[in-house]
Formats: sequence, C-alpha cells, structure tokens
Amino acid sequence: MKKISIDRLNELFAAIAASKALYMPVDDGKNGAKYSKWSEGTEYSKAANTKRSAKDFFFPQVEDMAEFNVNGKEIEIIDTREECEEFVVFGVRACDAKSFEILDSVYLVDPVDSYYASRREHGIIMTMACNKPTDTCFCSAFGIDASNPMGDISCWMNDSDLLLSANTEKGQALLDSINILDEADDNAADDTKAAIKAILEKLPLFGLSTEGMKGKTLMEVFNSDKWAELSESCLGCGTCTFVCPTCQCYDIRDYDTGHGVMRYRCWDSCMYSDFTLCAHGNTRTTQLQRFRQRFMHKLVYYPENNGGVFGCVGCGRCLRSCPISMNIVKVMKTLEG
Amino acid sequence: MREETLIPKVGVVTDIRQDTPDVKTFRVVGLDGKKVFEHIPGQCAMLSVPGVGEGMFSITSSPTNTEFMEFSIKKCGCLTSWLHMMEVGQQITIRGPYGNGFPVESALKGKDLLFIAGGIGLAPLRSVINYVRDKKENYGSVHIIYGSRSMDDLVDYKEIIDEWCNDAGVKVDLTIDRPQEGWDGHVGFIPSFVEELSPDLSRTVLICGPPIMIKFTLDGLKKLGFEESQVYTTMELRMKCAIGKCGRCNIGNKYVCKDGPVFRFDQLAELPDEY
Ligand SMILES: Cc1cc2nc3c(=O)[nH]c(=O)nc-3n(C[C@H](O)[C@H](O)[C@H](O)COP(=O)(O)OP(=O)(O)OC[C@H]3O[C@@H](n4cnc5c(N)ncnc54)[C@H](O)[C@@H]3O)c2cc1C
Ligand code: SF4
Ligand code: SF4
Ligand code: FES
Repeated sequence: MKKISIDRLNELFAAIAASKALYMPVDDGKNGAKYSKWSEGTEYSKAANTKRSAKDFFFPQVEDMAEFNVNGKEIEIIDTREECEEFVVFGVRACDAKSFEILDSVYLVDPVDSYYASRREHGIIMTMACNKPTDTCFCSAFGIDASNPMGDISCWMNDSDLLLSANTEKGQALLDSINILDEADDNAADDTKAAIKAILEKLPLFGLSTEGMKGKTLMEVFNSDKWAELSESCLGCGTCTFVCPTCQCYDIRDYDTGHGVMRYRCWDSCMYSDFTLCAHGNTRTTQLQRFRQRFMHKLVYYPENNGGVFGCVGCGRCLRSCPISMNIVKVMKTLEG
Repeated sequence: MREETLIPKVGVVTDIRQDTPDVKTFRVVGLDGKKVFEHIPGQCAMLSVPGVGEGMFSITSSPTNTEFMEFSIKKCGCLTSWLHMMEVGQQITIRGPYGNGFPVESALKGKDLLFIAGGIGLAPLRSVINYVRDKKENYGSVHIIYGSRSMDDLVDYKEIIDEWCNDAGVKVDLTIDRPQEGWDGHVGFIPSFVEELSPDLSRTVLICGPPIMIKFTLDGLKKLGFEESQVYTTMELRMKCAIGKCGRCNIGNKYVCKDGPVFRFDQLAELPDEY
C-alpha cells in the first residue's frame, strides 16, 4: 500500500496529469458534483457522489460511429474511430466501479463493442472509499463493499493521508510511475474501513433484501399484480435510465453534417413509448409494460443471463432524481411483500 | 483498429424485381461483385441508406446461392420507401449476418417439413425452402401453405409456380383472402385453410407472417394435435444494433436479434408475451 499526505493531493494530481488526462468529481455549485478534467487549481469534491454516473467515460451520451459520403449512387464509408486518449478517473465510488463490470458483460462479449472497449483499455479507474454514504445508498444489498471499492487502484482518505492500493497491472504501473508516494502498512486503511462499515450498517436502506426475486421464476415476477400500482404514476420521463450507471440502451441515428452523413449513437430509454415501436405495431403499448421492463431487466433478466448478478449497484441516483419518487427500492420492497 | 460489426460494408443492388404492389426483391453483392458474407437460412442483415435509416431484413435467398443475396422488402415507411425508389447500380450499406437462423443442420435434418407463410412472411422461409430443395437428400418431403390478401400480393409467385410446384417432393397449397377474377385456387384465411388441409402430424412446422395470423394458425395447429415443440417461427421486433447490446428487442431475458429471431413455440411459451 502507498500513501501521500492529503496536503500534497495537488502534487499527486499534477503527477498523474503530467502523462494522462485526469478527471475527478468537482462541486457543481448546486449541492452536487460532476466529473471535470483536472488542471492546476481544480478542487476535488467531498460530495457523496456525482449526480451523473461515471458511465459517460466509457459509454458517452452521444458518440459518432462512422461517416458516409454519398455521391450519386455511390457510397463511401469512412471509419472515424480514433485511438482514445490515456485517461484516469479519480474518485469513483464502489457502486460506479461495479457498474463498469455490468456494462462489460454487455459490451465486451462477442462481438465486442470497439468504441467501449477502446475506452476501457485506455482508462484507469481510481476508486475512493465512501466516508459519507447517504440515506439513498444501498450498494450492500448487491454485495458491494463501499469501504473497499474495486477499480484499478483503490483509495482511502483519513484525516492525514490518502492511501492507495493497486488491484490490476494497469493500476500498479500507474502507482509505480509516481515517485512522490510513500510506503504504507498493508493494514493502514483498516481503521478507515471499519469506520465506514459502522456508518454503512446504520443507513436506512442497509439490509434491503433481494428476496423479492429469489425462488421465483421469471414469469412469476413478470406476472405479479404489483406492477400496476407501482407504475401507476410513472411519467415515462426516462430520468431514471439516464442517471443510472448500468442502463445500457442506445439508439443509432444519422445526421447530415453538411458534407456527408454521420451515424451516431445516443442513450435511449426503455421508458419511452417509441422505444419498441415497429412496423407491425408496438410491443409495449402501456407505461406499465415499459416500467416493468426497466425493473425486470435490472432484477430478473440481467441476473438470469449473468450468473445471478443483479443489474443494479444501489447507487441511489434513481431515488434522488425521480420526479414522482418512484424507484427500484420501492419496487424491490413491494415485490417482496 | 478492431473489427466493428456496427460499421457496415457497401452493397451494390444488381437487380430489382417488383413482386407485388408493395414488395420488391433486391439482389445485393459487394463492391467486388461477390456475396458480402455467408449466412444460415433465417438469418438477417441490417441494410441502410445513409441519412435515411437502417433496418433489419431477412436474407430471403438460400445460402446455396453462391452469387448474391436477395431481400424481399415491403414498403411501409421511410427507409423502405427509399429502398423502393432505388435503381439498379445503387449502393446501400449492409452488415450481418445476424441472428440464430433455422436449425437446418440439426433439428430439421431428416424431417418432413411444413412451411406456413402469410404475405411478406414468406421472405425468411423462402431461404429455408430453397436450401432444403437444393439439399433434398438431407430432408423428407416438403409441404408449403402460403397465402396473401390477393393474387397480386403473393410474393415470389413466378418462382412458386415455375419451380416449387414442379418439384417432386414439394406440395404447394396457395390461398388468397377474397375471391378474385382469374383465381381458381383456394379462397380463405390461412388459419382455417391449414385446418381444412389437416397436414401430417409428423411434420416439423415453420411459420412466418403477421402476428395475428401466426397466433390463429398456432391455435389451429394445436387443435389438430401438433405440439408447440414441433413448431418454429421467426420474430420481428424493433431493432437497432442487431447484436444484443442496444437493449431494444428483448422478449424477457432473450434478445430476438441474437438469441432469435427463430424460436420454437415451447421456448416462447416460457417468456412474457411482449411481441
Ligand atoms: C428480424 C427482422 C426481419 C425482418 N425481415 C424483413 C423482411 O424480410 N422484409 C421486410 O420487408 N421487412 C422485414 N422486417 C421489417 C423491417 O425491418 C421494417 O419494416 C423496416 O425497418 C421499416 O423501416 P422504415 O424506415 O421503412 O419504416 P419507418 O419509417 O421507420 O416506419 C414504419 C414503421 O416501422 C417501424 N420500424 C422502424 N425500424 C424498424 C426496425 N428495425 N424493425 C422493425 N420495425 C421498424 C417504425 O417504428 C414504424 O412503426 C424485418 C424486421 C426484423 C426485426
Ligand atoms: S437502478 Fe437506480 S440505484 Fe440501481 S444502479 Fe440504476 S440508478 Fe443506481
Ligand atoms: S420511474 Fe420516475 S424517473 Fe423513471 S421514468 Fe418513471 S417518473 Fe421518470
Ligand atoms: S437490436 Fe439491439 S439488442 Fe437486439
């Protein structure tokens, strides 16, 4: 394990930024934080987490895919992909670090999504243990330990030091390249971990159970009569899907660049009524069906296809941002009841 | 840079046939004049006109055709209208093949087959029918029941009459919805026609057509004594990526673009009926 005094954080950031683009949570001036590129003077935010998830780093909201030049009857296809820059994301929370694994099992299985893969290969994740988890956090329900976050390098902050420990070769190489770090005992973070664990156990959603789905077949959960009341007030605004670190759906569209056609992809939402609109009609005509799809995907379909791993990491973003205060926790509790 | 299936290749349209008032069949090859890729009957390709859109279409030609691929496309919206306006020599983009296809080399081998198609639903089945006709030694007898709104709406009518009807070991029964001058064949909807014909219960069945036709035909087949596990169909849901990633085409935990589009009805029975 390595360490550096918290008075010297800026030196650490400068050392990383000397060779790679460095991003970290920065206060957004609206009681939250957002990821920003570090430059001299940037203040690392103490906020519990960023409002938007960290998935943008690997799966941006909008990205170009390929360009087409159309000339009479002829078409030229231009591969516009570029090798992505080397970058480091500092301060990722345990839940968001886990969300990358969930996206990996979609985008990195054959046929590999090269856009996502390139960013994954060039990105280094430095996670930060949660000193101040909030009332809307429930990562522990999905077996995530906020006191011991994963990623390429795990970090802990106590009153005097930042502690760093590499989990991957990529992470180790980065730590090795920084010569201002001091050695620390391997158990130097133990007190911090214990303190965080004590806070986690007192959170209102600690112990939230996933029993509502266990021992039931896909069709039993799908046919539950609870979906009607759960989805009753859903506006279909899609906010919950956009803030969610594990929501993976996208649309592919073209736009006229003035001198050609650019094909791009952008986030899409299963909460939208035209998501499944097709030539012979719509396969999900009601908001009940669309609402059920979102939560069935997280709690049943994804686990069914991925060895029981849930498609939610308990980050709580959908709890904080839904305009009608509906969310996955209410769904889990209601399905269990 | 890694191969990227989402970046298509250029395809050239080398022949266009007006099949029905709203269906045209297009021949497509690559820029080198050869087939762009090989496929299994029932698999599909994403075709696009840059700036207009991209859509999934069944490869209606058989893999035994070594020269080109064919697509039968019904005009129903923006992209398909544009495709219908094309002239020979027009380039489009193509990527694929996608989907599982029919189990022609496993479950269907050695079986007597019954094909039931409605309208443009013949497109995916035509690939299997011609594949099976070209590899007769591997399959039993073939019975085809095909229907459309009218005589003019029967896709591939010339091929059906000139080739399929003259093929020993292939039995063809055609029907149209309403009586029409010049038609002395059967008149009536497909589900009731199938019940009337009361096909052999030993046959493995492949159905494709509008959802409502599939539903009633399946009910009829079950009444006759067919098991769900004997009947295959191919599904059509909205698609974008065609590789199980964009999250659009699922039925329960299955992605139709990747795990389908071909399913057996006993498999579908275990999934939500959101299709
Ligand atoms: C596996 C599969 C195989 C298919 N095979 C054939 C075939 O062999 N021949 C054929 O004519 N058609 C086939 N289709 C349907 C074809 O993809 C759509 O008719 C076509 O994409 C509509 O495009 P459009 O731009 O003309 O229609 P639009 O202008 O988009 O509008 C017409 C309607 O089609 C819907 N639509 C748009 N894109 C799709 C899409 N990708 N899939 C389904 N609906 C869509 C729209 O929401 C709208 O309701 C198949 C579809 C699938 C999923
Ligand atoms: S469903 Fe809600 S709590 Fe779960 S990962 Fe998505 S935004 Fe976070
Ligand atoms: S659950 Fe809430 S955030 Fe999600 S679509 Fe419905 S109203 Fe919007
Ligand atoms: S079309 Fe994207 S998941 Fe099937």
